Amino acid sequence: MKVGCPKELLADEKRVAMTPDSARQLIKLGYECVVETGAGQDAGFADALYEEAGVTIAKTAAGLWKQSDIVVKVRGVIKKEEKHLRADQTVISLFWPGQNADLLDSFKAAGANAIAMDMVPRISRAQKMDALSSMANIAGYRAVIEAGNQFGRFFTGQITAAGKVPPAKVLVIGAGVAGLAAIGTATSLGAIVRAFDVRPEVAEQIESMGADFLMLEFEEDGSGEGGYAKPASPEFIEKEMALFRQQAPEIDIVITTALIPGRPAPKLWPAEMVALMKPGSVVVDLAAEQGGNCDLTVPNQVVTSDNGVTIVGYTDFPSRMASQSSTLYATNIRHMLDDLTPEKDGQVTINMEDDVIRGATVVHAGEITYPPPAPKVQAIGKAPAPEKPPELTPEEKAAQEAAAHRKAGRQQIGLLVGGGLFMLLVGAYAPASFMQHFIVFALSCFVGFQVIWNVSHALHTPLMAVTNAISGIIILGALLQIGSSNGIVMILASISVLIATINIVGGFMVTRRMLAMFQKS
Amino acid sequence: MTANIVTAIYIAASVLFILSLGGLSNQESAKRAVWFGIVGMALAVGATIFGPQVTISGILIIMIAVGSVIGLVVARRVEMTGMPQLVAALHTFVGLAAVFIGINSELAPPSGLTSTEKIIHEVEVFLGVFIGAVTTTGSIVAFAKLAGIMDGKPLTLPGRNILNLIAVAACIWLGFMYLNHAGIWTLYLMTAIALIFGAHLVMAIGGADMPVVVSMLNSYSGWAAAATGFLLGNDLLIVTGALVGASGAILSYIMCRAMNRNFLSVILGGWGTATSSAQEVEGEMIATDVASVAADLADAQEIVFVPGYGMAVAQAQGAVSEITRRLRAQGKNVRFAIHPVAGRLPGHMNVLLAEAKVPYDIVLEMDEINDDFPTTDIVIVLGANDIVNPAAQDDPGSPIAGMPVLEAWKARQVIISKRGQGRGYSGIENPLFFKDNSRMLYGDAKSSLDQILSSLP
Repeated sequence: MKVGCPKELLADEKRVAMTPDSARQLIKLGYECVVETGAGQDAGFADALYEEAGVTIAKTAAGLWKQSDIVVKVRGVIKKEEKHLRADQTVISLFWPGQNADLLDSFKAAGANAIAMDMVPRISRAQKMDALSSMANIAGYRAVIEAGNQFGRFFTGQITAAGKVPPAKVLVIGAGVAGLAAIGTATSLGAIVRAFDVRPEVAEQIESMGADFLMLEFEEDGSGEGGYAKPASPEFIEKEMALFRQQAPEIDIVITTALIPGRPAPKLWPAEMVALMKPGSVVVDLAAEQGGNCDLTVPNQVVTSDNGVTIVGYTDFPSRMASQSSTLYATNIRHMLDDLTPEKDGQVTINMEDDVIRGATVVHAGEITYPPPAPKVQAIGKAPAPEKPPELTPEEKAAQEAAAHRKAGRQQIGLLVGGGLFMLLVGAYAPASFMQHFIVFALSCFVGFQVIWNVSHALHTPLMAVTNAISGIIILGALLQIGSSNGIVMILASISVLIATINIVGGFMVTRRMLAMFQKS
Repeated sequence: MTANIVTAIYIAASVLFILSLGGLSNQESAKRAVWFGIVGMALAVGATIFGPQVTISGILIIMIAVGSVIGLVVARRVEMTGMPQLVAALHTFVGLAAVFIGINSELAPPSGLTSTEKIIHEVEVFLGVFIGAVTTTGSIVAFAKLAGIMDGKPLTLPGRNILNLIAVAACIWLGFMYLNHAGIWTLYLMTAIALIFGAHLVMAIGGADMPVVVSMLNSYSGWAAAATGFLLGNDLLIVTGALVGASGAILSYIMCRAMNRNFLSVILGGWGTATSSAQEVEGEMIATDVASVAADLADAQEIVFVPGYGMAVAQAQGAVSEITRRLRAQGKNVRFAIHPVAGRLPGHMNVLLAEAKVPYDIVLEMDEINDDFPTTDIVIVLGANDIVNPAAQDDPGSPIAGMPVLEAWKARQVIISKRGQGRGYSGIENPLFFKDNSRMLYGDAKSSLDQILSSLP
């Protein structure tokens, strides 16, 4: 089958759905690959690079659509392209089926299949084809870079001969993939980063990226289905605003990434917050396409507020890094085709039993299959809340320690008293000759315990071998008996001498061999 | 040589033995310490042979000569992976010698004992033979299991604890009869029961509990020597036996603590009698291949290997050592994390790695390295399972809950080299394998590592 990749028609869309690298992998899967001439130009992939990878170049879009059984795209199918659709053609792209019901109808009418990369369920198996995450990652990174472009200061604090530079303070709202990428980028540039999210379970991820999690003292869990957030209650929003109001005057850069699936972006950074910020501060609104998290955001533009705060409302962050985003997106597409080609024979099989493929397929065999049923596997396993032991006051701790000490002391005294009584009992009945040996025995045990505790764990095997060897001391007993006139005694004693000697010599020699192997670097 | 000089030499020998054990506190002093032991033993045996109580005979010299040759040959030939078997086999000898010497002492008792002394002597004989017999067959079974002659799975006869109890009760009863001079048959019968009891005891214990069993038998062989010392009235035997007994007891204790198990529950055998409500594990195991592991290693700076019994089985220590050498030459920090119960003998992994010429200062204990996992780039788990199971910490219903484990999952990436998708000794699922940062490298550990080695830059 042929996989075709046309040039993107939307203005300012520089990405491409197939790179020379991904084409090489697709050819390995048994596909033939075609790209429209100039498709990868804006992303830095010239036609020659594709030809080198074994890809055919199609002169026109119409020709490409005509010969391709599978068409891979970035930005859905626009009106101009719908006429190319034909029966049994499969298009893999970002579709946003929720917002584009008309498009699904045209697919249905044409009998073509649509696989939406934005509908890939968020389960661990499907991570490799999760284009939203890979694009969000780029958007998060780019948001910081764009902010730096507008921001007139260093990110990192410095003390130079020319004066002291304070570090920039960055607030990231929403710690999804984009938010976490922004946190990582900003911290590595040296900024002080704080982050907020309605889902308390992401606190650990935020902290692992090096930011401070702004805690909200409120009993509400904002986690919705599939690892996304859900709308918050008015009381919660009130608390949240109070927290932001407190932060706004300090913060130099705000990056908002808050989105709720299928709804306009929540207004988390109203005009009032912008008014509180210092002149020269920057707001980057990653939710601009869905209406923006900030009141003042104008999609696709950079505006400056009355008090000198710059608000960046770009909606094409991934496209601004077309080479990187094309590479990642093309890899996501390639993984999707990998799953669609179980036999590796260049034939697409849309297996509607597979959770991932079922979720992503929005039109199949002339039927609209959106929305999909809920996936069987939960996105993020809910960890049971760990039971926290109650915090102890210093006095309680001290009391506990004292009690433990007293207990240990009592145990030791108990042992000593018990042992002493036992000794008295033995002493009262046993004859003197036994008591002498018994003293030796008790002291040896004591010495043994003291000495062995200091043996290094690494030397436990040599310890066993050497104790084995010295327990061959039992040979002394056999030596004393070997001269007996009793025949059986003599034979048994001789065997004992033999095996005890094996023990002694074998044990010591193997210990020596082992210890010689331990070398320091 | 007079008896007093012999005693003086015995004192010197005791001191040398103590120094010998004390010297094992670190690798460098240990090399000297083993000589203390050898000299001590030579002094003790020499003094006894040339002492007043022994007449040198041909048979004595032949036996010592033959024994020495056998010992030398065995010590030279043994593979380091075969150390557990050798140690178990040597325990057998001590146990058997204790049985023989005890029986001899009954057949030819020392003269001139008072009546109390006689009773004490008989108790000593009885006890010495009992401990010796249990050690003998216990060690034979342990040897067979470790050498793979016998199946490593625990043999769980119905009512095995009752059987053990009956055996011990019978021995005690025979003991009373023996003290009341019912005849020497009571001693022989007890020996037979003790032999069966020892074998049965160890048969019920599974492969991964072997470190405890071997240490326990080590301890028993010491107590057997001490008991022999009592019955012969020989202080050197008592001192040495007590040292060895204490050593084995401490090792057993350390092993049990490392598995968070009670000594009795290990000895009474059978794993997982407590029904578990272990959590179901979600997710899937993601396989990886040699090329990408090699690439990951090339990118990593902090690398930790976690070896387990699987490494010994696959004989992969040489390949690991070579990879370590290569990575260290590139300036990477490569270390080894050793769990106390990894392998089949306390300290088994250390010896294998030492044999493969891995420097001992990069081979660390669990407590030394556990805090470093969060800053580790890549952890390679080689044939280990339960000792890196996060369920021990996270899942109170797990059969291994509370066992101290190596926190490998905290590293940035974990590669698990494993033959297949099977479970560990405890038979429980390991959630580590399902974590997002875990990758499974299926196949024989040695061939996987050899391939990694050849694809390393």
